[in-house]
Amino acid sequence: MNNLIKKYFYGDYGEIEAGSNASNNNKNIAWPLWEVFIRSKQGLDHKHVGSLHAADEQMAIENARDVYTRRNEGVSIWVVESKYITASNPEEAGELYEPAVNKIYRHPTFYKLPDEVDYM
Amino acid sequence: MELKKLEEIFQHKIDNEIKIEPKDWMPEAYRKTNIRQISQHAHSEVVGMLPEGNWITRAPSLKRKAILLAKIQDEAGHGLYLYSAAETLGISRDEMIEQLHSGRAKYSSIFNYPTLTWADMGAIGWLVDGAAIINQVMLCRTSYGPYARGMVRICKEESFHQRQGFEILYVLSQGTDAQKAMCQDAINRWWWPSLMMFGPTDAESSNSEQSMLWKIKRKSNDELRQQFVDMIAEQVKVLGMTLPDADLKWNETKKHYDFGAINWNEFWNVVKGNGPCNKQRLNARIAAHQNGAWVREAAIAYAEKQKNKHKAA
Repeated sequence: MNNLIKKYFYGDYGEIEAGSNASNNNKNIAWPLWEVFIRSKQGLDHKHVGSLHAADEQMAIENARDVYTRRNEGVSIWVVESKYITASNPEEAGELYEPAVNKIYRHPTFYKLPDEVDYM
Repeated sequence: MELKKLEEIFQHKIDNEIKIEPKDWMPEAYRKTNIRQISQHAHSEVVGMLPEGNWITRAPSLKRKAILLAKIQDEAGHGLYLYSAAETLGISRDEMIEQLHSGRAKYSSIFNYPTLTWADMGAIGWLVDGAAIINQVMLCRTSYGPYARGMVRICKEESFHQRQGFEILYVLSQGTDAQKAMCQDAINRWWWPSLMMFGPTDAESSNSEQSMLWKIKRKSNDELRQQFVDMIAEQVKVLGMTLPDADLKWNETKKHYDFGAINWNEFWNVVKGNGPCNKQRLNARIAAHQNGAWVREAAIAYAEKQKNKHKAA
């Protein structure tokens, strides 16, 4: 099964149309992959919910509505073609987030205050 | 980094309940096992629509038609969630579909049994979806992130499937003698194949040990099967029906139901392609894919045309 894995998807698609260039030998034209983000209600952020294939952005929105909002899960949908997402590399996570870990004085709990004002 | 070190980091994450995400390093066998399992699971959702599709036009009322349509639509969605999860591991949708159509990939054998009466829609919801849910609830905690997230979504939607199935049987169980007989007959035919859905016994299951170590699976086939038997053996009483197993009986020491021997010859026979409907199911699936080819091509052509129009404007 090793040879089946030709590309790595999801968040680091590179330039090639993600998920769509494999086994086109039988005149199968596959639709590109889209990532779907849903706002569950007014006032909340859009959140990544999954992905789907669609021929264009309009179809991606319609398919996203059909699959990801059948039970009132959303009031707004974003779709973006997966190949346009650039993702950080998990192997560099150490260096990338190290500064945040080190600076404990960025957290309110770092400061010891007298009891009278500790609700601050 | 050397391989041994990478493997250590990976297993450390698994042991500490840290999910594996698509870009993380993972052993090739972990990737393959997940691809195999998730794609089989996706195929099962998709093929699972076929035995039910047969009943959309035959459902006894508009309400039942609408419910059945909604259930089947859910299953298409579940197939999509799972295919997407498998795609994050580097296999394309086309390749998975090709594997299904060529017979290299399997789907759950349960869908190779025919749906003969309306009561079968009830039995499938209650027993088949019930068995699937037990497996899926466990998989909500599987170690591969996209799979686990897909399962959470599926479990939320799946609960109505089992309830509507039970309700179909409950209504029949309150009906005429003929309806009661139909209800019992469906239970008789679907009970044993449902038990087989959990796969071979732990002693026979080749993939289990490593999958447990990697937390792809978190409970063994036999554990899950026992959980299912205990649940259904109680629920069947509410229907006033029986399960077709003379050996089924509560074991006070074990606090579980004992049940009779499963006919594994039948199981392996169906897995190998000799079940009552293997050929019909696969042919229907392939025909649907081929007959839809022009739609996929037309959609791409239309999208291209719109893009060009947009550019020109």
